[in-house]
Amino acid sequence: MTVLAGSGRRAAAPPARQSKRRVRRLGSRAAYAYVAPFFVVFAAFGLYPLLYTGWVSLHNVNLENLHHSTWLGLHNYVALWHNQFFWNALRNTISIGIISTVPQLCMALGLAQLLNYKMRGRTFFRVAMLMPYATSVVASTLIFAELFGRDYGLINWVLHFFGVHHIYWTNGARWQSQIALAAIVTWRWTGYNALIYLAGMQSIPTDQYEAAAIDGASRWQQFWFVTVPSLRPTILFTIVISTIGAMQMFAEPYLFAGDGTTNGGGQHQFQTLALFMYQQGWTNFHLGQAAATAWTMLFIILALVGINAALARGRSGRN
Amino acid sequence: MAKPKAGKQLTAGRYTYAVLALVTIIAVFPLYYTLIIASHTNYQMAQTPPPFVPNASVFHNIRLALHEQPLFKAIVNTVIVAGSITLGTVAFCTLSGFAFAKLHFRGSRVLLGVTVATIAIPPQLGVIPLFLLIAKLHWVNHLQSVVLPTLVSAFGVFFMRQYLSNAVPTELLEAGWVDGASTFRIFRSIVLPIARPAMAVLAMLTFLAAWNDFFWPLIALTSRNPTVQIGLAGLGSGYIPQQAVIMAGTLLCTFPVLIVFALLGRQIVGGIMQGAVKG
Repeated sequence: MTVLAGSGRRAAAPPARQSKRRVRRLGSRAAYAYVAPFFVVFAAFGLYPLLYTGWVSLHNVNLENLHHSTWLGLHNYVALWHNQFFWNALRNTISIGIISTVPQLCMALGLAQLLNYKMRGRTFFRVAMLMPYATSVVASTLIFAELFGRDYGLINWVLHFFGVHHIYWTNGARWQSQIALAAIVTWRWTGYNALIYLAGMQSIPTDQYEAAAIDGASRWQQFWFVTVPSLRPTILFTIVISTIGAMQMFAEPYLFAGDGTTNGGGQHQFQTLALFMYQQGWTNFHLGQAAATAWTMLFIILALVGINAALARGRSGRN
Repeated sequence: MAKPKAGKQLTAGRYTYAVLALVTIIAVFPLYYTLIIASHTNYQMAQTPPPFVPNASVFHNIRLALHEQPLFKAIVNTVIVAGSITLGTVAFCTLSGFAFAKLHFRGSRVLLGVTVATIAIPPQLGVIPLFLLIAKLHWVNHLQSVVLPTLVSAFGVFFMRQYLSNAVPTELLEAGWVDGASTFRIFRSIVLPIARPAMAVLAMLTFLAAWNDFFWPLIALTSRNPTVQIGLAGLGSGYIPQQAVIMAGTLLCTFPVLIVFALLGRQIVGGIMQGAVKG
């Protein structure tokens, strides 16, 4: 994670340096015991299941008969390739991912800039903006399904003042439901990401702004030429985290239509990859297909993270 | 966190307050509106203009929601699950963070790197074998199947390490060593008191995440022995004619946590920002 390491523009006071040394003489056997729990838990419940998923994806495994599995080779992947609903889910995941992430991060950046001003009630604003983050994804989706209701939802009631009538957000055209889902994600995460950016902004040395101000840079120019470049590692970090989250989006499309199915809307308008995976495994009892979907998702995520890391390295190498 | 010198910081103008007020309303209003839907019938919600003030029928609707789904059991279950996860995570991550921050051992850099790298690996994609595993252990529908996989987190280890490497003076640890104290004794009597603020923040974030977790509990548990989110999801996807009942259930399962969150808000905001910068 070069992204993480790169953002270490540490704000701590310099005297800490001395105490950052490690204790040379303290026992190393104890150290291994202290760090062991994480590695044991990760091996048992993280790494092993992921590798085993690869094995399952090459076999025919049925949920109702777990002990009899037959070797299939790449058949599950070939079947996925020819499954129109897989491609539909991939397209939906990408489009919802883009419309839920890009505006969100831009707004978070602007919001962080405002929160960085000297003002009254700063703690109040910050806590208020974090309330959606504390609301569970299930609760948020149920609440927004009400707000986005076709006939009596508050959002359609507000829109009718502008001459827009009865948009069927929860089960209508593809773009309508996808915008609604993106709104839920944006509502939940904008405040959180704004705080991350705010933390980054507060560790930018003030003399950079002073120098820019002496050169006659306006507030906007300072934001664009000092703040944004300094925040680049943080921005990349939030992009990586949001991308991983978007690729795995599940609860919102699962609960939004309120019909208890895993179709993601009557015409699969908003079935995401994670929802498709769950449907393959736990509705159709076809674990091999589900595992192949999971590994495909894993490859996509690792590729995206890799691209981001390469971009980060390339940038910092040039500067 | 270094704050820019107060004199240099730009002061918020009228427009800044206006925008922030608007954003605050957007952030909080859906939660308030939950209360309104929870206290009105579908017929009342269909009036023009819709109602904007809650009333006491919310309590009646909460009773109806409890009739539909075992939400009390779900709340008790979730307190057990989230409590265990929080205890485990804070204990293991503090120990581990201490080792990575202050102890000298072969391979510590590599192990720390591996720990951080696992943050990018989505555990959600391993649910199929994980389900097979707990099925083999006959843990399906038992709470330990939800507790064990999240008993310690990479984020927590890293968070505690960052905090402890700055907060604990190494000289103090060396003094303890000279006095002949064991490593664990040093941890208990020197590191632990200093670590307390960071442990509190980690505990709050962990409890919140465990309370809100959905995907894995949905697979590992059933509606007979649910956590809060599973009970809520069942309420939302069942056939319930009155929307008020769904929102009353949402209220019951969400607001206690939100109120605690708001009360501890300052510390949580600080914790999230600390975790971000020191990354």
